[in-house]
Amino acid sequence: MDGKKTVTIYVEGKPHQVEEGKNLLDACLSLGYDIPYFCWHPAMHSVGACRQCAVKQFRDEKDTRGRIVMSCMTPAADGTRISINDPEAVKFRASVIEWLMTNHPHDCPVCDEGGECHLQDMTVMTGHSYRRFRSRKRTHRNQYLGPFVNHEMNRCIACYRCVRFYNDYAGGRDFGVFGAHNYVYFGRYKDGVLENEFSGNLVEVCPTGVFTDKTLKRHYTRKWDLQTAPSICVHCGLGCNTIPGERYGTLRRIRNRYNGEINGYFICDRGRYGYEFINNENRFRFPVRLERHGDGEKTGTFGSGEVIPHIKSILQRARGVIGIGSPRASLEANFALRRLVGKERFYQGTSAGEARIMADIVNILGNGPARTPSLRETESCDAVFVLGEDLTNTAPRMALALRQSVMQQPARLAAGMKIPRWDDKGFREAVQNNKGPLYIAHPHGTKLDDAAAAVFRGAPEDIARLGFAVANLLDDNAPGPVKDLPGEASSLAEEIARALENAEKPLVISGASLKTPALIHAAANIAFALVKKGKPACLSYAAPECNSMGLSLMGGAPMEDALKTVQAGEADTVIILENDILAGQMAPDQAEALLSARNVILIDHLPGRTSSMAGIILPASTFAEGSGTFINSEGRAQRFYKVFDPSGDIQESWRWLRDIMVDMAYPGASGWLTLDDIVSSLSAEIPGLRAVANAAPPEGFRMAGMKIPRQPHRYSGRTSMNAALNVHEPKPAEDHDSPLTFSMEGYAGQPPSPLIPRFWAPAWNSAQAVNKFQPEVNGPLRGGDPGVRLFEPKENALMDYFGKEIPQAFTPEKERLFAVPVYHIFGSEPLSSLSPAIAGRIPAPYIALRPEDAEKMRVPEGHVIELPPFGSLSVRIDGSLPEGLAGIPYGLPGLKDMELPAWINSPAAAKKGGQ
Amino acid sequence: MNEKEKRPNIERPLTKDMRTDGQALDIKEYVRAGGYGGLRKALREMTPGDVQKAVSDSNLRGRGGAGFPTGKKWSFVPMGKDAPHPGFLISNSDEMEPGTFKDRILMEGNPHQLIEGMIISSYAIQADYAYIFLRMEYGESAKRLSKAIAEAYANNYLGKNILGSGYSLEMRLHLSAGRYMCGEETGLLNSLEGRRATPRAKPPYPQLCGLWGKPTVVNNAETLSNVPHIVKNGAQWFRGLSCTDDGGTKIYGASGKVRRPGAWELPLGTTVREILEEHAGGMREGLRFRGLLPGGASTGFLIEEHLDIRMDFDSVQKAGSRMGTGTMIVMDDRTCPVGMVRNLIKFFARESCGWCTPCRDGLPWVEDILHAIETGKGRHGDLELLEEHCALLAPGNTYCALAPGAVEPLQSALRYFREDFERHITQKSCPWR
Repeated sequence: MDGKKTVTIYVEGKPHQVEEGKNLLDACLSLGYDIPYFCWHPAMHSVGACRQCAVKQFRDEKDTRGRIVMSCMTPAADGTRISINDPEAVKFRASVIEWLMTNHPHDCPVCDEGGECHLQDMTVMTGHSYRRFRSRKRTHRNQYLGPFVNHEMNRCIACYRCVRFYNDYAGGRDFGVFGAHNYVYFGRYKDGVLENEFSGNLVEVCPTGVFTDKTLKRHYTRKWDLQTAPSICVHCGLGCNTIPGERYGTLRRIRNRYNGEINGYFICDRGRYGYEFINNENRFRFPVRLERHGDGEKTGTFGSGEVIPHIKSILQRARGVIGIGSPRASLEANFALRRLVGKERFYQGTSAGEARIMADIVNILGNGPARTPSLRETESCDAVFVLGEDLTNTAPRMALALRQSVMQQPARLAAGMKIPRWDDKGFREAVQNNKGPLYIAHPHGTKLDDAAAAVFRGAPEDIARLGFAVANLLDDNAPGPVKDLPGEASSLAEEIARALENAEKPLVISGASLKTPALIHAAANIAFALVKKGKPACLSYAAPECNSMGLSLMGGAPMEDALKTVQAGEADTVIILENDILAGQMAPDQAEALLSARNVILIDHLPGRTSSMAGIILPASTFAEGSGTFINSEGRAQRFYKVFDPSGDIQESWRWLRDIMVDMAYPGASGWLTLDDIVSSLSAEIPGLRAVANAAPPEGFRMAGMKIPRQPHRYSGRTSMNAALNVHEPKPAEDHDSPLTFSMEGYAGQPPSPLIPRFWAPAWNSAQAVNKFQPEVNGPLRGGDPGVRLFEPKENALMDYFGKEIPQAFTPEKERLFAVPVYHIFGSEPLSSLSPAIAGRIPAPYIALRPEDAEKMRVPEGHVIELPPFGSLSVRIDGSLPEGLAGIPYGLPGLKDMELPAWINSPAAAKKGGQ
Repeated sequence: MNEKEKRPNIERPLTKDMRTDGQALDIKEYVRAGGYGGLRKALREMTPGDVQKAVSDSNLRGRGGAGFPTGKKWSFVPMGKDAPHPGFLISNSDEMEPGTFKDRILMEGNPHQLIEGMIISSYAIQADYAYIFLRMEYGESAKRLSKAIAEAYANNYLGKNILGSGYSLEMRLHLSAGRYMCGEETGLLNSLEGRRATPRAKPPYPQLCGLWGKPTVVNNAETLSNVPHIVKNGAQWFRGLSCTDDGGTKIYGASGKVRRPGAWELPLGTTVREILEEHAGGMREGLRFRGLLPGGASTGFLIEEHLDIRMDFDSVQKAGSRMGTGTMIVMDDRTCPVGMVRNLIKFFARESCGWCTPCRDGLPWVEDILHAIETGKGRHGDLELLEEHCALLAPGNTYCALAPGAVEPLQSALRYFREDFERHITQKSCPWR
């Protein structure tokens, strides 16, 4: 209990040791007692609204009358005596449910929450069963809230969790509580799309069916009918833990999977709603051959067992084979490709710029003195400087963590008034609008700016210069001083340096998104300087993809070098792994040149621009159909597991590559039967990845001699679900890669944390069941949170400061604009963009111009211009851009890319006219 | 001191200077009557601490209903060099308690008295801003207070460097959004900040962290109106005005079917009977007294046997009710107690802020049962259900005092008028209709 005082409390007369001052609800749940609650939430704490968690408190041993208190609002003191089972408390708690039920509709059978409803659970827990209220129920009008969240206000029990999450925790501003008495209404001021990037959490935060998953509704399945497995989100580099659920061969939804060190109780909307690309009807399900003749293309298929020998013959005849890896493919897949083509012929599937940045990051975090924090640690940092990363759009969950970290310094105000952190209402009153030091330097305004103490706008190199200046102010030995820093920037640098230096736990954040190595270096310099000052400084870099870190740790030359190899005639065959290089960051002409190699073999799940130029396509599993390992931006290796057995010939990419190698009699390849086999190969071969084998228990792991079932014990229709096709019950799929099984049968208790397929406990059917998996509420999962950290700060590590050459200040030009990439949580990541719900939120391609530039060009907001190579862009006026800069959205579907940032010719007004 | 022996000085400091034509005293009239003398004295002769001590010594207790000692309330405000600023003083003039109209009389009749009380009180706690948080429907008070505030500014009783003392204070009138919860101390603060009128967590207490997180004192308008007189005439004089240990006079009132409904300034601790029979003139011709709510809709019934108790904070509490605002609602024998209680509960159910479950969902149910009983649809077991709610909606079980107050009339009515409730149920109709 990290140095905090322990006191003895008595529950039903039984003594327990708990942390002093903790609230009794938290303490009792942590001790394993069941107390019903609604408004309390482990991450959002107590407000005392619902009155559901009432218990009896007694003054001392002699007090037999006692008084009712709300356990969530009562601190544990030495000798505190309470009774949960006291008849008066039991009666009061049942009454609270009875009151809530006066208006709650009895529509459980048609409610999407049914079966995982906290209100159902709590109703059963309190024993309320007979309706005495004999009047009519109040009704509300529901709102359209966008493609993610369904609204059914009649079910509302007014626990206020939604508004507390959306507004207080996530910083949303377009949602609120309206009205009074038993007509309080939770929603937007009028119908419309929920703007906050974390709106989907309302689905899990709401204790009943007011807010439900709208994407699930289109292919609805009860929780007990979903096959689930522990998984990792693939839509950014943070590696949030998720629980995908499958039924009838399609993925139905994603739920948050608690990992105390990373996502905790919340994930972003891209992570929750990006899953539907898996169900895309254009998925490759069988190997395909594309033949180009004079008069067009022909698609062909392979007969059973034909494709591998065919590839073998191609490879044997090839004049050099190279492999293009992928930052979104698993470690195992990349490793298998590297093994097949050879270390020297394995290329990272990223541009030279990105590869260099990721290599720097790996070096800095792996060998430097600054600690790479988990998101939980990020929340505990009390001064933060973000250099050139629009976190809400590139690493959304980290932005949410920063919204909590800005409460660290103001928390001292509350502590001064003796208000504990868990007293959320009192805490927020005491803290008011005070926010700790968060500084954001970015070329354009970001959605996190409202939480910042100050923001800086500048071109990437100017942001780097600001960073170098801060580092130099902290330590004279760091490069600098930065010459010709404008007065404003220089006083801001001083302010930032002071804030970081005065903090107990400062944090510096940057990332790869502006493709500017100087930013990475400047951030590192600041962190190094802070460490030199004796500060436990943290350093975070947002990674572009779910396995960018893993790929970089594995090494390999960038894609541009691959092209050189092909053009030099050293290779005529290219194997591409889960990578749409034509839609990626490589210049389109270069990518096309690479793809015009004689043989192109693609292993991927969905058609893209690259697949139309491949000769052979092998259908690869997605994260939901295969198991593997990703390394997140923290440097944490995490295992994801196959949720369901896919149809057709889909298998993990590494298995395709293994099959090729086995056919070609590669030494050792035939030993790769299971995931564990390839994991032990890669952790033995690559020094930086040695610990990966410890990320999760091996396949042979058993609980009481049993595997862990992916299907809940109430899974229905197992024997009949395919009856329309075949009345014979098929043999369940086998899993040779993990201790999980595609079955209802197996170990019913709690597995080790990396193997938890869903949160459920007797009497706890909803997401709230997590508390039964934690020894301490809101703490790590039993046995520790999943994943293994690969980087720890090196004691006495000496790493030289970067940047003997500090970049020159940015100089605006007259005829050209410097275009920086603008990231969109919905749109900049290609896989999630294929999900219909996300697709509905993607902006149309645009160019962001300063009002001055737009005026000069005589283009109003919404005007469409033609700008090669991007195509048609509608004008967006953005007053936050500094002089000489323009913004172009990154990676939007349909937007032809060039690598940004880059100089572009000042776009002339097109004749097309405005909207 | 034995209460019965104490003979108060019969003086009416709060109302004696008021005009008989119902118009407000203007600043000239007020000053002529000695107005702003207390302020001059406080600013010239007293430190803020002296003023606080005088008010503490006077045993002035809050007139909003809870009776919290005013001096003690002030004593929690951080003072001195390091005290956070700006500090705020707020007059709670939201007077939304049904049956209560005492503050309105004071504000309409002598607005400068309240303003002077607020300036002195602000000085005592070194506040920088003072707000009058006024019930929206009090249009006449708003007009008169606005004029008086302007007059006070014009004469440098407000603004910078008041009367050359170096002390500055800004005062504003704020019209409430019109909910009962705005009268609750912290609900008022939220409302004044433009937020929902829901009660705040305590701690932090307003004296430390109130309006916009700054030190704040909220006092009732009648409480503040007493302050100039305490400062001018001393604590001992003030204590002498009362029949009890708690100092001062009280504006008592009576509504209902009495001969002369109205409000009167009387020594604190005047008996219920004296107020009802001498001042209100007893019941109207042909009507019999059945009971009264002593201090607004959130206090329990008193009946015949209680008429000789004193109307003060402690005595009424001993009789099982509360003095509340001291303005009684009198019930006669031609009024259906079920209907009366239902009407009150309907008000409270509507005015619930919706924050905590027992109040938000419990009160509408109580209203629903009472409605059923009144319209002849009551069932056996309903009275037990009502009693169950009275016990469940107890202090501590709810977030604030609204629901426990709301069930006080019901709980006492079930005790004193139970046969009337039962007759509704057995007769399947209201005997009064």
